[in-house]
Amino acid sequence: MTSYEAVIGLEVHAQLKTKSKIFCGCSTEFNAKENENTCPVCTGMPGSLPVLNKKAVEFALKMAMATQCTIHEKSIFARKNYFYPDLPKGYQISQYDKPLAVQGKVGKVRIHRIHMEEDAGKNIHGTVSSYVNLNRAGIPLIEIVSEPDMRSSQEAGEYLRELRSMLRYLDICDGNMEEGSFRCDVNISIRPLTQKEYGTRAEIKNINSFRFVEKAIEYEIERQKEVLESGKRVVQETRLWDSEKNQTFSMRSKEEAHDYRYFPDPDLLPLQIPNTWIEDVKKSIPELGAQKKERFMNQYGLTEYDAGLLVQEKELAQYFEEVVQICQQPKLASNWILSELLRETTATQIAASPISSKHLGELIKLIQKGTISGKIAKTIFEKMWNSGQSPKTIVEKEGLVQVSDENVIRQWVEEVLKNNQKFVDEYRAGRTKLLGFFVGEIMKKSQGKANPATIHEILKKKLDSKGE
Amino acid sequence: MVIKKFMHITKELVEHLAKLALLELTEEEVTRYTRELDSLIGYFEKLNELNTTHIEPTYQVVPEAIVFREDSVQESFKREEWLKVVPQQEEGAIKVPKIIDVG
Ligand SMILES: [Zn+2]
Repeated sequence: MTSYEAVIGLEVHAQLKTKSKIFCGCSTEFNAKENENTCPVCTGMPGSLPVLNKKAVEFALKMAMATQCTIHEKSIFARKNYFYPDLPKGYQISQYDKPLAVQGKVGKVRIHRIHMEEDAGKNIHGTVSSYVNLNRAGIPLIEIVSEPDMRSSQEAGEYLRELRSMLRYLDICDGNMEEGSFRCDVNISIRPLTQKEYGTRAEIKNINSFRFVEKAIEYEIERQKEVLESGKRVVQETRLWDSEKNQTFSMRSKEEAHDYRYFPDPDLLPLQIPNTWIEDVKKSIPELGAQKKERFMNQYGLTEYDAGLLVQEKELAQYFEEVVQICQQPKLASNWILSELLRETTATQIAASPISSKHLGELIKLIQKGTISGKIAKTIFEKMWNSGQSPKTIVEKEGLVQVSDENVIRQWVEEVLKNNQKFVDEYRAGRTKLLGFFVGEIMKKSQGKANPATIHEILKKKLDSKGE
Repeated sequence: MVIKKFMHITKELVEHLAKLALLELTEEEVTRYTRELDSLIGYFEKLNELNTTHIEPTYQVVPEAIVFREDSVQESFKREEWLKVVPQQEEGAIKVPKIIDVG
């Protein structure tokens, strides 16, 4: 049987987080009423003229630089002509033969180009009619086109997550796939491993989650395999992903629709990017996720896995570093955040956590100093989550300080041993597994406050000495 | 579709363009436009005689660069006012004939 390899390229549309649209002053607010954010420019009224939003260009430049693209000193806005009810002008302003930036890199994947364009409106389809909302028409987008460098659904998923992370670290796009501010079209073909030329590709549109992108790719690889194995040929077409049936299906479309007759938009002069602007934007680019991950591993000695989890959101990485600054215990900080804090909240919500980074840092400090036991720390953590109070306040209020005083602990040990003479005898007769039972009983007696190391030391001494 | 050097306007091309522009043309109109457009495009053949190999394409005849606006929200249409000029609307959404079969 022939072995096949998939060849995958992705086109990502990212909505830029400007306050106003790309060519007019309408708001980009997501939750506005239908057709509330519209004006003569974005509804294509005769005589209106587009004026470019400087911030949108700045945001696009940031992404172009973060992906190591070459930025064209001069790029051109062009009209992409087609008729659709969500496109009031009859053309979309985009960039065609002179895009903003070309030839970049994200990890192992080469970027073909990044260009700027306006979004179209949104259609809602009823049973008899369709409904058009033009609030989205004119929202600034960048389209990031990769080279066909990915070979599996996993590689595509990794690339997409990296892209989204970059956009979020740059603070230029919120990366929300469900709300459509981060959209992905997949170009995919397969070829026998021995073949150099690409096979015929299908384009899959309308995928609104990372999981679905991966599933759609896996489905499509199998579908194309079956087509080829049965001696037929893959048709070049646009397909849609059906997330309920878990399959792609052909979108019946007229091929003429792809004749866009691009030409330079006479309403917009060439976009010139002086070197001084590039230099300014370069200075504003923060440390991105991939670099941060590398630094966390080197500076804090974290594992690649933990560092990867901590840098998934900028806010989470920042929270982690604030905790470390206070407690100076990177490994403990990482554990507490990843296994305790992220059980209660999500990485994106971390800034709103009732446990501030300062308080978590103080909690870890208390454990480190031996003031509280690890077990009590979990109780305190829960109380901190519910009340927003500092660990110190809770420890003092509830008297949860760890007891390490040998005299006090010896007394607890003696009481427990006296009340369980039968088990003591069994232990001395060789059932040493009972040690854990004694520790548990003593801990219970101390209401969790006894220092386990001290318990262990005294208990062993008592049990072993009298046994001789 | 790129207009190539010494291109001739054919009946098929006129029909294709009409389709893209959502125009319904009669048989006579197609014949007439084919003839008229073909003679028009002839004028451009004259321009094509020039050697432009080392000349940068002219995207704009105005020498200035683009003008920007700052990213600030300006007042939009008054929603109720502009929805009055929409032929059909429902709860503020513009009602149009059904676009595609979904699913
Ligand atoms: Zn507008």
